[in-house]
Amino acid sequence: MDELKTAQPGTARAAAGADPSGHAVDFHQYLRRCLYVFLAVLCAIGLMIFASYLPHYGWAAKVALILAVACVNAFLVAGFLMHLLSEKKLIYTLLGFTAFFFAGLMGLTIYAMHDMPVGTVFH
Amino acid sequence: MDIPYTVEARPDTGVYNAKVGIWLFLSSEVMLFGALFSAYVLIRVGTPAGEWPHGWQNLTLGTLNTVVLALSAITTLMAWVACKIRQFGKFQFFHGCTLLLGLTFLCIKMVEYHQHLNHYEIHLTDGRIADGDMLQNNPKQDYVVIKGRYAAYEEDLYDLRAQKNLKETEIKIPRSQIKDMQSYGPWHNDYLALYFTLTGLHALHILGGSIVIGYLWGPGRRLWKTDPERFTNRVEVSGLFWHFVDLVWIFLFPVLYLT
Repeated sequence: MDELKTAQPGTARAAAGADPSGHAVDFHQYLRRCLYVFLAVLCAIGLMIFASYLPHYGWAAKVALILAVACVNAFLVAGFLMHLLSEKKLIYTLLGFTAFFFAGLMGLTIYAMHDMPVGTVFH
Repeated sequence: MDIPYTVEARPDTGVYNAKVGIWLFLSSEVMLFGALFSAYVLIRVGTPAGEWPHGWQNLTLGTLNTVVLALSAITTLMAWVACKIRQFGKFQFFHGCTLLLGLTFLCIKMVEYHQHLNHYEIHLTDGRIADGDMLQNNPKQDYVVIKGRYAAYEEDLYDLRAQKNLKETEIKIPRSQIKDMQSYGPWHNDYLALYFTLTGLHALHILGGSIVIGYLWGPGRRLWKTDPERFTNRVEVSGLFWHFVDLVWIFLFPVLYLT
């Protein structure tokens, strides 16, 4: 938490024109970065569609591949566009708790799928 | 009264208060959509093999919407960058683009909804099923007209991707031969119930985000003259929400359109 305590009131106002990582904002550099991210996102979308039409692959393999590409896509948006790669510790802590509870929610769902009462009949 | 830490970073958190607020809100949103995604997983995995619909969505429109939203994520970030370098004209241009792209997304979504709600599955008295887009359904006429095809079994309607070269023709069906008919609304089956719930909630978020962006682009811009740094932070916070909405769609698209 030492890093957090060092932040002083007025820091943000003094750093007008700086991004969350504290670096000066350069319009053309951002525009170029955004262009690269957008192209990468387009490639990811194309890859997902291509993967969904792949012959000779089982449903589970296709879903796993498509979701893996979707995760890469999400990383690009969260990391570069939401500046999560250079955020403050508090935001990471908050997201850590969110990830924990989200994993719990999905984990309990998957666990519940196999937790049928004895004698359950499927139609 | 002066509200503290609207611009300055709080000493103990390192960020201004609105940023902590939006991330807390986004965390709650993750759990909201997470609950719906877990419902999807539960229902999807519990469905017997061969009974989950494939190819029911208009992939062209879905892909177009994905690109539109990805582009709007770029323009919303550039709007914030424009604020940071104190170029209000550029901010107005990029934020205006974001607003237009958001509204375009909603329009395309409405077209998709209309296509589903106008698509009917008609069970005939002879046991056959007629499936297609409704062309004529006037209560004063003793027949309906659809553009579609006949199917012998319900299972034949599930996997449209596996059935290539489906020929659709105009079919005139006398009402006396109709046992029951139902449109492809959320009431039709589990898949469409999930589709409408997930995309409907997402569309509401797009609408909410568009209202905020529209406010900052319109009447809210007055703040720029008195406190540009605070205005920039508002743009950043609205942008974070917009990116989150884009993130949700990144997973909704493959889950509902591709798998």
